[in-house]
Amino acid sequence: MLSKRIIPCLDVRNGRLTKGVRFEGNVDIGDPVETARMYYEQGADEIVFYDITASHEGRGIFLDVVERVAEQIFIPFSVGGGISTVADMRAALMAGAEKVSVNSGAVKNPDIISEGAAAFGAQCVVLGMDVKQVEKSEAIPSGYEVVIHGGRKYMGMDAIEWAKTAEALGAGEICLNSIDADGTKDGYELTLTRMVSEAVSIPVIASGGAGSPEHMYDALTEGKASAALIASIVHYGEYTIPQIKKYINDRGCKMRMVW
Amino acid sequence: MLAILDYKAGNQTSVRRALDHLGIPNRITADSEEIAAAEGVIFPGVGAAGQAMDELTSTGLDAVLRAQVEAGKPLLGICVGCQILLDYSQENDTKALGIVPGECVLFNSGLEDENGDPIRVPHMGWNSVALKKECVLFDGVEPGSEFYFVHSYFPNPAPEYVIGVTQYGRDFCSVHGSPGLWAVQFHPEKSGRPGLKLLQNFYAYCREDADAQ
Repeated sequence: MLSKRIIPCLDVRNGRLTKGVRFEGNVDIGDPVETARMYYEQGADEIVFYDITASHEGRGIFLDVVERVAEQIFIPFSVGGGISTVADMRAALMAGAEKVSVNSGAVKNPDIISEGAAAFGAQCVVLGMDVKQVEKSEAIPSGYEVVIHGGRKYMGMDAIEWAKTAEALGAGEICLNSIDADGTKDGYELTLTRMVSEAVSIPVIASGGAGSPEHMYDALTEGKASAALIASIVHYGEYTIPQIKKYINDRGCKMRMVW
Repeated sequence: MLAILDYKAGNQTSVRRALDHLGIPNRITADSEEIAAAEGVIFPGVGAAGQAMDELTSTGLDAVLRAQVEAGKPLLGICVGCQILLDYSQENDTKALGIVPGECVLFNSGLEDENGDPIRVPHMGWNSVALKKECVLFDGVEPGSEFYFVHSYFPNPAPEYVIGVTQYGRDFCSVHGSPGLWAVQFHPEKSGRPGLKLLQNFYAYCREDADAQ
């Protein structure tokens, strides 16, 4: 039976792990390579690296981090942030990532999904989506709208429709982040997670709002997600990955317990 | 030395990194003499079966691979490398290598998971392998270990070649072959400690085999 996955997300700025409120953080909280290795040894099922560097120079430093990670951890990991061309994807994959995540780059140019899937296989291409709840309208029938720039820019696209479009274009997985829940520690946006999970047949990773193992359990069961993304809850040592996995597994939602 | 067959498969450098980490001498190569001199061959693969076969046949590596198998060289196929050892793949309607009898078929989207929900395709994530036969590749692999899978098609070899099965909406063959000619649908290079152990076991077999000759 397939296990549900727990995926720590590491935000990297100028080669250092950065404190979590993704779009505004710049507090140095450690070495991403060391942290990734620790999570690997603790049983993380996958790792996500998010490049929040703005500069060209920072990009090179980030890819160097990815290469060093690839030499030390032997589970899949994905890379996101600033990916907007097939060349960006190739650079991340060559550095050792299994998957690349496209977000605002795909909103602006959806063809990047099909081009990436054709060049590297659908399993490589993750669609990252940032979503906010809005009034239901003709343009946004689900009441969930796609946003970019950390929620500062509304794109006039319905989140459910965008998820289906991305699947049709060849995305292999969706990482679904609720901007409303992100950073609250009040739990994942379960209604949104379930709506997207039921609308597509590719795996969905729930993101934003994790404050306890129970929240992850809820996203993986009620929310029908295949995986749960976590950040500050493990970065600051509130919970360890083995604790989280044991809690979820003991409640009857299968986790990978031997590593 | 292990030869990692170079036909531009996406995971060849991941396989190299895993072998480097284990201290196993290896080379990514398409050179037939170098492949012939290796103690064993790893046949990696990511992506689509059609593209993989095109690359193999246009470079002549299909013939090199067949010759090595006929000569009894130990071989480990991974993912697409596991699939195209068979006669045929439904993916891109591909005539495959025909080294192991059988076909590679698409997960039927009508299949259901343990909660009665339709299974998601691709099958992506960690899953276990139930061995139907003893297999030295799994020596010392802790019971309950899981391996990392990502695929939409699965191998369906002739029954006598089935070594291990995995449950995803149905039981499918995740390890096939015969002693010295193995193929795994999962990615040992990305399966943590159990996967590294499997690669180590393969290399140990290759060394013993080379010493015996």
